[in-house]
Amino acid sequence: MTGLLGLAYWAETAIKLGVALVVIPTAALMLGYLFLLKMMAFMQSRLGPTDVGPYGSLQLIADAVKFLQKEDIHPAAADRRVFRAAPVVVLASSFLLFVVLPTGPDAVVENLDTGIFYAMAVSSLSVLGVLMAGWASANKYALLGGLRAAGQLIAYELPLILAVMGVVIQADSLNLQEIVRAQAEGEIFGFGLIGNPFILTQFIGFLIFMISAQAELTQTPFDMPVAETELVGGFHVEYTGFRFLLFFMAEVATAFAFSALATVMFLGGWWIPGFDFDAPILNVLGPVVMLAKILVVAFIIFWIRFTYPRLREDQLQKFAWKVLIPLSLANIVVTGIFKVVL
Amino acid sequence: MPQFPGLLKGLGVTARTAARTLFPKRGMRTLIPAPQQGSVTVQYPHEKEAPPDRARGVIALHEENCTACMLCSRSCPDWCIYIEGHKVKAPPRRAGGAVRSVNVVDRFDIDYALCMYCGICVEVCPFDALFWSPEYEYSEPHIADLLHDRIRLSEWMETVPAFEDYEPGSEQKVRQVPDFGPDDFAPARKLEADGARELASESDGARELASGAGS
Repeated sequence: MTGLLGLAYWAETAIKLGVALVVIPTAALMLGYLFLLKMMAFMQSRLGPTDVGPYGSLQLIADAVKFLQKEDIHPAAADRRVFRAAPVVVLASSFLLFVVLPTGPDAVVENLDTGIFYAMAVSSLSVLGVLMAGWASANKYALLGGLRAAGQLIAYELPLILAVMGVVIQADSLNLQEIVRAQAEGEIFGFGLIGNPFILTQFIGFLIFMISAQAELTQTPFDMPVAETELVGGFHVEYTGFRFLLFFMAEVATAFAFSALATVMFLGGWWIPGFDFDAPILNVLGPVVMLAKILVVAFIIFWIRFTYPRLREDQLQKFAWKVLIPLSLANIVVTGIFKVVL
Repeated sequence: MPQFPGLLKGLGVTARTAARTLFPKRGMRTLIPAPQQGSVTVQYPHEKEAPPDRARGVIALHEENCTACMLCSRSCPDWCIYIEGHKVKAPPRRAGGAVRSVNVVDRFDIDYALCMYCGICVEVCPFDALFWSPEYEYSEPHIADLLHDRIRLSEWMETVPAFEDYEPGSEQKVRQVPDFGPDDFAPARKLEADGARELASESDGARELASGAGS
């Protein structure tokens, strides 16, 4: 990868770090406000926040300030060190996800050769943090939530990765930039104007990826680890103040990152039809296009969240092992055959 | 296996609700978002919700009817009703009758910091002295001020609405809201003001009346 604007490594890293520190909380705030607060309210015939800022848009910032003011409580029986580390692990997992997300030809924090592999590996770290939180809280509800998260991992992680495999086979690369390039330079039966977004050829993969991502993000049909009505919040029952805020931010930021991954792998990423793949202007326009696509994907994620009731843990296992995994395996086989034949 | 048509239908329901909330206007102005009209939200401090007549907002005391029998206080799950009373002599109801002794309430407090609005006190009162009022705005900066004394509880009486019957034939069960007319029975406090002689000590009076009410 060439240096951005010819800067020294340290300067480039500092700029990237600054941008990431602005982008990630902003992304979490945006998704939280647009979907968690406003869209959910409208879907329930409510207004949502209206008073803080224009149309209530600063509500989440006010909430964050409120959380920061709250007392930081440790349960007496808690394993204090692990208890404190858990939300940081969860948040770190979602921060690390942002490292590989490409938003333009050069606008990427680090263009790893095994980008998608890295993303999948790092995203499952959050379950470790959840398990730590559940175990260290010394609370049976929290423990149940943590164990449910760990059990859920067995169900969704495999279809998630198998769904990605189809894309990787078709794009010939694990590098996210190369996946975008494969879509940009692809053709649909000789018609190359809009490239070949993999949602067309990998539609089953897209469905499986979205369903598994829903489980990974513990969004509602698969929110058994949180399960407010039975576990009163699951792994984060005992958390207050800014540690709870970290969990909340990680949840929404990971939703954003996964929407971005889906965008990169299935919707053509940051590339705009009609532009050269390496056109420098795409470093500016790319993030905008990317954001629009991410919002569409996130809309679907939250739409599903606000519509369906919660499944049981065993129903998710049954669904994942009996439907999603065979389907994704078949998808890989068919993709491989086409790859070899064509 | 999930039922796919049903799943899609569910997505349609939430999407339609969101659309109806955000774009309630019809005709030319369909695309102007107006969630204020489309939603069912009542923006409370700015506009007030009209609670139904039977809403359990606050409990009002019709003091003239109260005999300090303590039934409400004893049946309260939270022990949030405090009653003290004493007996006074009252003139006979008709000429030639015996001198009656009636109870006067000295203290009747409800601690709304403790009250859980179960309404058992209203149910058990055999003398129609307690009523539900739909009034709900009585929050206080200090928790001690949530203890409403008999003066405050009597003031709530003005907000008790006249109830409609539940349904035809239910008239027997409906408690009538007392009118404050002159023929209201036993204005005990007025008697006391006229200088009627006090009888037993306050605690004795309360206990006797409680047993009297039970028989």
